[in-house]
Amino acid sequence: MTLAVFFGCTFIAFGPAFGLFVFTIARDPLRIIILIAGAFFWLVSLLLSSLIWFIAVKASDPRDESLQKGLLIFGVMFSVLLQEAFRFLYYKLLRKAIEGLVALSEDGCSPISIQQMAYVAGVGFGLMSGAFSMINLLADALGPGTVGIYGDSQLYFLTSAFMTMVLIFLHTFWGILFFHGCEHRRWWEITAVVVMHLAVSGSTFFNPLYVGSLVPSYLLMAAAATWAYMLSGGSAQNLRRFLLCLRSGASPQPGS
Amino acid sequence: MITFMNNSDSEEEPCNERTSLMSAESPPVPSYQDGLQASQAGEVQAHRKRRTGSSRSPNNIADGETSDSSVPVREGALENEEEELTLKYGAKHVIMLFVPVTLCMIVVVATIKSVRFYTEKNGQLIYTPFTEDTPSVGQRLLNSVLNTIIMISVIVVMTVFLVLLYKYRCYKFIHGWLILSSLMLLFLFTYIYLGEVLKTYNVAMDYPTLILVIWNFGAVGMICIHWKGPLQLQQAYLIMISALMALVFIKYLPEWSAWVILGAISIYDLMAVLCPKGPLRMLVETAQERNEPIFPALIYSSAMIWTVGMAKPDTAARRSSQQAWDAAEDGRETDRSPSHTDSQMSERSPVPTRPITSFEELEEEERGVKLGLGDFIFYSVLVGKAAATASGDWNTTLACFVAILIGLCLTLLLLAVFKKALPALPISITFGLIFYFSTDNLVRPFMDTLASHQLYI
Repeated sequence: MTLAVFFGCTFIAFGPAFGLFVFTIARDPLRIIILIAGAFFWLVSLLLSSLIWFIAVKASDPRDESLQKGLLIFGVMFSVLLQEAFRFLYYKLLRKAIEGLVALSEDGCSPISIQQMAYVAGVGFGLMSGAFSMINLLADALGPGTVGIYGDSQLYFLTSAFMTMVLIFLHTFWGILFFHGCEHRRWWEITAVVVMHLAVSGSTFFNPLYVGSLVPSYLLMAAAATWAYMLSGGSAQNLRRFLLCLRSGASPQPGS
Repeated sequence: MITFMNNSDSEEEPCNERTSLMSAESPPVPSYQDGLQASQAGEVQAHRKRRTGSSRSPNNIADGETSDSSVPVREGALENEEEELTLKYGAKHVIMLFVPVTLCMIVVVATIKSVRFYTEKNGQLIYTPFTEDTPSVGQRLLNSVLNTIIMISVIVVMTVFLVLLYKYRCYKFIHGWLILSSLMLLFLFTYIYLGEVLKTYNVAMDYPTLILVIWNFGAVGMICIHWKGPLQLQQAYLIMISALMALVFIKYLPEWSAWVILGAISIYDLMAVLCPKGPLRMLVETAQERNEPIFPALIYSSAMIWTVGMAKPDTAARRSSQQAWDAAEDGRETDRSPSHTDSQMSERSPVPTRPITSFEELEEEERGVKLGLGDFIFYSVLVGKAAATASGDWNTTLACFVAILIGLCLTLLLLAVFKKALPALPISITFGLIFYFSTDNLVRPFMDTLASHQLYI
């Protein structure tokens, strides 16, 4: 335990997100604000869903195990739906903001596009979601203890870190997909995002059978990544050119 | 804390922004005396400096090339440009405040979580005489409300006293008061803090080393804050003294009193800044009439430095001397006329890094955004209390942190819209309080249950 596990799990869970933040978001103040506002919206959605769950639990019999389990499942699903609802609300807000920015700019175009906002909003949601899932675990990992001493899985911290990482990525891609669907009025994209989110959350019910939760989540992440890449204007050709460090239309040259 | 704009403060004269800027050589930055209050931390007189001054830099209006358009059109165009520049600068200014607020909170939370001293109950201040160790809930509530009333009245009295001092031009008294309180903060509180940190980590330090360290820290701090110094060093010192003050509050304010005081202070801030007879507002107006700068040590300023080529007006080469600005910003600035008014705040200007030849280069300081140190203190008190008392839960701390940042963002947005002095505490503290209580009581059980089953939402 202690420092090694702490740093390992922190970097597994938040390393990629931190890299995304540093290289794409930290330079632009507007993006940082959008990120924090995205985190705020996720937080509000969590607050409301916890309120509902809390009321339901207080109104029910605490000794009835299956009822509590049912309420928990209901809580999780309701929270997922509420998160997506708040993503939609955030989309509406950002749309208004873009109109404001366009109106105020001198050359008639906004300093940031809706696609960039979608990406940053997704990262905001993901970071907050990951932080809320992981921070308490990391704080506990710093102290002494033995994982799984009562017969639970010994991989608890590690799998939590991997799950957090995949969730952050998924939120990022869902942000792009969702906003794209809202922009172009493609409802099936929006429903796909909601269904994917429900699927990922539902798969975590298989824990501690980690094959049932991590593997589908990573597969879904790969699918969402490809889809988001295609929607953002990427293609297999672009990818090949990027990997071979080609300039557009030129023959392969040694990359710089 | 008041946010204010210097440009268009004269609502009486029907001049456009440009003329009001040109006439006022250095757009005045009202000095808020109650900023002083907060720095008297020493005996913890619990005054909050609350001023967030967001002084719009004069460059908004300095596009002086349009000289022949009619006045209303130009006013409209200028206003549009100013609005747009406001928004563009707005994002940057928001981040320039996010960073120090975040740093202050990080220092406070890190200290609270690691040094036991600041979470131990060791008596109370004389400003909160009623104890909270009572058996009944009602009595405890009553005591905390009484504590709050006493604390707020002390603050009101001090603010009014300061307004009077300022009105009757007792500057020496104010200066002396300020210097005394920053002395106490920089030496005594730092000594205590250092002692506790060393105790926590079981590091031995001999007295000569200690004296050397504290003396250097304090002396450089006094110079940076009250006289001249590198901007970033000054900002660092201001953050540190705000953190120290916040830690003192967290330690000595009893539980419930702290929350009630936070709420009451935001309401007081709202009233003091917005009501016509509010002390802070009167202070703003007095200072504006006199065209005087703010006292140092009360305001955190994120001013930037620009160098302008005077001899070659067309090139208008602007290079920032110390901060790196992105190219878009620079591109924006190139059409600013070099003759735009420069800011005051000579105390703020960092030591010039190259010799100035008066013909060729003029160092100008663009006023960035200003936030009163009291704001820093109370934000950090809220987050620190959340870290100290939320059942060891980090989620609550994180939620309060995000809530406060969003509140600050909204406040700055309102500032850009209204362009007058605004209090910075109410929105952030309200959000912070709401999120603290709801996260601690509603979200925590939910997340704990999810974590125990390793479910993810």
